[in-house]
Amino acid sequence: MSARSLLPARRPVPGVFVALALTLAIGWLVVLVDGGQLFNQSTTVSLLHVAAGLGFVAVGQTLVILGGSLDLSVAYVISLSTLVAAETMNGNDGAVVPAIGLALAVSAGIGLLNGLLVTKLRVNAFIATLGVGLLLKGYLDSGYDGPAGTTSPTLVQTLGYQRVGPVPLSFLLLVAVTGMAWFALSRTRFGHHLVAVGGDAEVARLSGVRNDRVLVTAHVLCSLCAGLAGIYLASRLGSGAPRVGTEGLYDLESIAAVVIGGTALAGGRGGVVGTVGGVLLLASIDAVFNQLDVDAFFKQVIRGAIIIAAVAVYARRALRKAAS
Amino acid sequence: MQIVQRRRLPLRLIRVRPGGVLPILTILAVLLVLVGIRQPDFLDPPSLMSFLGRSAPIILLAAGQYFVIVCGEFDLSVGSLVTAQVVVAARLIDSDPARTWPVVLLLLAFGAAVGLVNGLITTRLRVPSFITTLGMFLILVGAVYLWSDGSPKGGLSEEFRRFGRRAVEDVPLLGRVPYALLVLLAVAALAVLLTRSDFGRTLVAVGDNPRTAELSGVRVWRTRTIAFILSGLAAAVAAILLGGYSGVSFQAGAGLEFGAITAVVLGGVALGGGRGSVVGAMLGALTLELLFALMNFYGVSGALRSTVQGAIILLAVAVSATRSSAR
Repeated sequence: MSARSLLPARRPVPGVFVALALTLAIGWLVVLVDGGQLFNQSTTVSLLHVAAGLGFVAVGQTLVILGGSLDLSVAYVISLSTLVAAETMNGNDGAVVPAIGLALAVSAGIGLLNGLLVTKLRVNAFIATLGVGLLLKGYLDSGYDGPAGTTSPTLVQTLGYQRVGPVPLSFLLLVAVTGMAWFALSRTRFGHHLVAVGGDAEVARLSGVRNDRVLVTAHVLCSLCAGLAGIYLASRLGSGAPRVGTEGLYDLESIAAVVIGGTALAGGRGGVVGTVGGVLLLASIDAVFNQLDVDAFFKQVIRGAIIIAAVAVYARRALRKAAS
Repeated sequence: MQIVQRRRLPLRLIRVRPGGVLPILTILAVLLVLVGIRQPDFLDPPSLMSFLGRSAPIILLAAGQYFVIVCGEFDLSVGSLVTAQVVVAARLIDSDPARTWPVVLLLLAFGAAVGLVNGLITTRLRVPSFITTLGMFLILVGAVYLWSDGSPKGGLSEEFRRFGRRAVEDVPLLGRVPYALLVLLAVAALAVLLTRSDFGRTLVAVGDNPRTAELSGVRVWRTRTIAFILSGLAAAVAAILLGGYSGVSFQAGAGLEFGAITAVVLGGVALGGGRGSVVGAMLGALTLELLFALMNFYGVSGALRSTVQGAIILLAVAVSATRSSAR
């Protein structure tokens, strides 16, 4: 059977991009009135950097959520990955490849554990990944008090700070990762199976999908993405940071970005392109507020309100579609 | 069918029904024995009483979370709600004993209002409760920092703190009984009564199958909204006790939402709704607290504590999950 015949009906461009365009337009106007400039070099660069960090995590999170699962351990995986990478490199340029390999391998191992807990032991994903997160938290809290290790200077210069025009290398990497995830979801058997499992696990199983294998793969990929985010953050910060994942609220924010991007939290519907839109939306709101010098706490209030409002708009549209 | 029937028989003999409180009681008993071996005086009435008093806030939160979870939703906002309540109480009371009672009433109203908003957004605007309450979490944390310019202001009156830290002295047999424990018992009794009422049954029906419930004439949205209000109220009571016990800080409620959800799941309540009891949820919270006490006695360092907690939760939930799927 050719893959093409299996293509499900795709939804049109997710509404998140309309919201993104509106946010940028309104933000640009407001910042202009305020006497600033939203689209100058430095703000664009920092916007894309923020988006890259959250983007890696959110793309991975999209995969597990599509499959009807969830990963709350990503924040700790990120922190752990920064430490593994930075400590292995220890400022040594020659150790970049083994360090990245080790960080990704550790992340993949955690993803495998998550996946096995969810599928073989049938622990609810929320509890399973929360529990694994706690395991990691204990390790991080007992082993580290502050930054540790040193990222190799080359990696800091390339992945951390190098950019092509206003676009950071890390954002290009995010685009590549998103592209691969998009391809995997829409053009490969794994992707179709994943969406089928998320849509209705029982029907998928009866249709011959090996649910467990598909979900475990999704969890491994999700953790790999979180590990990649960790490597990126290590190259931004120049060292391993044991609290960077939790302080950045990467677990909850990545889920928010996925849902804002139009993926159903219950699974079975959505995609990575929307997720990147969601990430960009969150990052743009951040950039606009930074330009306006809005109080950090007020920013958080608005963020919370926007997340709820965005999802409410989606729900409304879905309802209307169902009615017509 | 025959085979299924036959295989179920031995299970029925020991009467393990999914969502029952037997598994959690077993874990609780094992932990109690372990504590008893290590630290026999922990089981003396006075220290046991003060332990129960200390555990009251998280048990209350678990009870509140139960209502939300059993009808198929989540409430991630309770931790931030507790923080917000404590900080608001300190600023409004400003160490003036005369303001204690009005502020207590205000906190309860505030908790109910947050629950109402959570419930209405979830049910009327059809936003998944995970997102609604996550948004509420961000809003409450941001708002409370914003309102107090980054550091808590004012102070709690002694009257207010009484609920969390004082006790009824000289009770025969038991020694001192903390007020917190009395509050807990009262709320627990109310919660059990509520689950036995029509509303409690409706709630479980909604969690089990909202569509069927809707078709049977249940106003699903109203039931769920009330569940969120109950969770908000429970958070308010927990905040009053917690503020009294440990004072004012921005960390007062940090992480409590996950603690409460874990406790509820440990107590045999299914995430996704429709199964489990409020007693199980509260026992789950008690077990979690006892586990922390046990780790203290065995000298597990504070940092490693979350590792042990994580391992135990995974183990307990995995065991119960494989057992219920082996039916």
